[in-house]
Amino acid sequence: MSTVLEVRGLSKRFGGISAVADVSFEVQEGEILGIIGPNGSGKSTLFNCILGQLQASSGSVHVDGRPVTGLRPCDLNRLGVSRTFQLLQVFPQLSVRENLILAGQEHKGTMWSRLIGRRDAGLTDAANRMIEFFRLGHLAEQKAGGLSYGQQKLLDAAMAFMAGPRLVLLDEPAGGVNLTMLGDLRERLRAINAEQKATFVVIEHNMEFVMSLCTRILVLAEGRIIAAGSPSEVRANPQVIEAYLGH
Amino acid sequence: MALLQILISGLATGAIYALVAVGFMLLWQTSQTINFAQGEFVMLPAFFVLAAMKFGGLPFGWALVIGMLASLIVLGVVFKYLLVDPMLKHGVLPLVISTIAFALFLKEGVKEWYAAEAQPFPAVWSNDNIEIGGAVLSVQNLVIIAVAIAAVALLQWFLARTRTGRCMQATAQNPALARILGVRVELMILYTFLINAALVALASFLISPIYLAKFSNGETLGLAAFIAAIVGGFNQVRGAIAGGLVLGVVDNLAAAYISTQYRAAIPLFLLIAVILFRPQGLLGRAEERSV
Amino acid sequence: MKRWQCVALALVVAALIAAPFSLKPHGIYLLSMWAVMSIAAIGLNLTLGYAGQISLAQAAFVGIGAYCTAILTTMHGWPFPATFALGAVLCFVVGWLLGYPALRVQHHYLAFVTLAFTTLVFLVLRNEEWLTKGIYGIVGIPRPTLLGWSTKEPRDFYYLCLIVLGLVSWLIWHLVRSPWGRAFMALRENPVRASSLGVDTRRYTLMAFAIGSALGGVAGSLYAPLVEFIDPTPFTLALSLNLLLMVIVGGSGYFVGPFLGAIVSVLLPEWLRVAEGLYLIIYAVAVMALMAVCPSGLLGLAERLIRPAAKKGAP
Repeated sequence: MSTVLEVRGLSKRFGGISAVADVSFEVQEGEILGIIGPNGSGKSTLFNCILGQLQASSGSVHVDGRPVTGLRPCDLNRLGVSRTFQLLQVFPQLSVRENLILAGQEHKGTMWSRLIGRRDAGLTDAANRMIEFFRLGHLAEQKAGGLSYGQQKLLDAAMAFMAGPRLVLLDEPAGGVNLTMLGDLRERLRAINAEQKATFVVIEHNMEFVMSLCTRILVLAEGRIIAAGSPSEVRANPQVIEAYLGH
Repeated sequence: MALLQILISGLATGAIYALVAVGFMLLWQTSQTINFAQGEFVMLPAFFVLAAMKFGGLPFGWALVIGMLASLIVLGVVFKYLLVDPMLKHGVLPLVISTIAFALFLKEGVKEWYAAEAQPFPAVWSNDNIEIGGAVLSVQNLVIIAVAIAAVALLQWFLARTRTGRCMQATAQNPALARILGVRVELMILYTFLINAALVALASFLISPIYLAKFSNGETLGLAAFIAAIVGGFNQVRGAIAGGLVLGVVDNLAAAYISTQYRAAIPLFLLIAVILFRPQGLLGRAEERSV
Repeated sequence: MKRWQCVALALVVAALIAAPFSLKPHGIYLLSMWAVMSIAAIGLNLTLGYAGQISLAQAAFVGIGAYCTAILTTMHGWPFPATFALGAVLCFVVGWLLGYPALRVQHHYLAFVTLAFTTLVFLVLRNEEWLTKGIYGIVGIPRPTLLGWSTKEPRDFYYLCLIVLGLVSWLIWHLVRSPWGRAFMALRENPVRASSLGVDTRRYTLMAFAIGSALGGVAGSLYAPLVEFIDPTPFTLALSLNLLLMVIVGGSGYFVGPFLGAIVSVLLPEWLRVAEGLYLIIYAVAVMALMAVCPSGLLGLAERLIRPAAKKGAP
């Protein structure tokens, strides 16, 4: 099994405050790693540094052994890393299918072939398969802005998978989703993880969701990793309990 | 020495650019207002003064006061409430377009309703030269530098040492947080507009005696202000000042030693050079990337 | 395209072809000017409406295209199509070179760079007499004869402008409907999300700007033989602003916006001839009012009236 993501000594300082302090971890292919921690523990900052949204103050990030620290998000995406967003970011006036085509098109051919080639960049079938997989079939033609919150979340996830990524970072995928949808989401994520052998890193607040989805958990507090292990190990770890309750 | 004279006159021009650039930068930082009419803002106050003298029969001193007041009202209050605020909710782009249209309006308005020809503007100082250490310097340039320094020093003191000033800085850095901390953000933004209006009025009174008051002055002055702000470094007042001074000196040096014909191209080259090699400007802090 | 859109297009094209038969030479001239300005506005719409960047240099590119054609046809006997192609390529390359550093940085730096560039181009046109004849200008710019068809007469030259406008429109229509168009919409609506999906926002924006600038050059190449005499005076910031306002008033980001805006801009000075000096003032006030009410321009206003819930987007 290969190491898909390797983070070494990552730190991010804002002025005098260390939002992320010397974080190191590895993610193996096919794993679903959960990152949890109380508010302000630096989870989102960590994500943004890995994804190139923010520039890390120090440390390095490697994907499949390749250094990617500080690459722009679009370059990182083309190396096979994609993400979902905490605050929904679908394109409301495009249809569901169009959103998915957009999500995949930059991986098809070159910029020039996309200019003179087909309108859908040959992605209609792939988009339809994704629609099927996430059970959005009846909504394919609808404008994404008209979908319910939970359905948009599914679309957001689907968009992240369109390009067959190696690594997917999910930012609070369960946020704001009702219980029934949550079960669907978890099940679909597990299915695609098995099918595409995609590796996930998930930030979440919803304990139950994380514990039932992830194979391994990291706990962050005040910018540092304070615990790591399987869901049951972490749940019983006194330091973790302290971090959440003992502020 | 010819060089000293050129330097002094460069600093004088630069001081004026600095005043305008500081105002421009403050507006941008505090309220995301990219004021494309900044050049016309410098052109206008002189005409308020001239109109006060011509139509109101006022002596120069009083006319200056009226000019300053009119600037504060029109370029501060009216600009903010009638143009910027309604536009901001539509986004930055419509606001920029509106300021472009506003610039056109001011420029053509003055041309149409006052005069198309350049108008002489009285100076507060004498037109003499004085000798310092063998070099002949004009009083005019020295006065400009002195006034500009005083104005900027006053502004710096205000921003750093008074409570209101610090609230303004907080608003510029993080309006949402400032609001939560109890800063009256709306009022701070209004102050920024008023400060800008005062700065441009001052610049207008300083520069119009030299270049005459003309409706088309806004173009070159505006461009100089924008570029001074970018070259110096966007996120600090010191940056805008440095940018203005550098631009003024480089501009005068180029005009003297290279070619007057391409003088107006200097800002462009300076801008491209800065953007290529040091995008945060000479004194700016490198900013976080977002995309 | 939907049925009614095809019918409407056919009617408009027919009207445009028939128009010169009922117009005096000055009317035909105005129509030709509208066509030429529309081309420049289409280019600017690509930069502003689709890629969301403000360019104040479109007048400079029109000037470059115009002088390219004028100099090469009058002084070196080049055939028109060659100058036409050269102008477009030149403007594309210059646009790329200008945009590359400016777009690496955040903020609206392109606006300032293009503002300064317009000043520079004007200076070059005015000062380099050996090349451009400076303030004396270039006279007697010939209207081309293409494959035996002479465009010397107003009506014939108008048809040439119309043909070029048609070609440009068709090309840009396909551009906007291709995956590029989707990428443009994405980077305009939500650059963070677009980037996370692999859309190279910088590259696409640069391409939009370069193509938009090239279209400015194309417009310029037609402008020169239309007016038959050029000097540096028209190619200033004022024209850039005029073109910008054309795109805005028509509705930036809408395909039909530039055509509409060009109509307003070319005809307004004619209608307001009475109010001579005031027309710019009225124009400026109208733009400010339009921005306050409906920043998406006239087409945005129309859309709001017809379909209150809809928003603009890719065609």
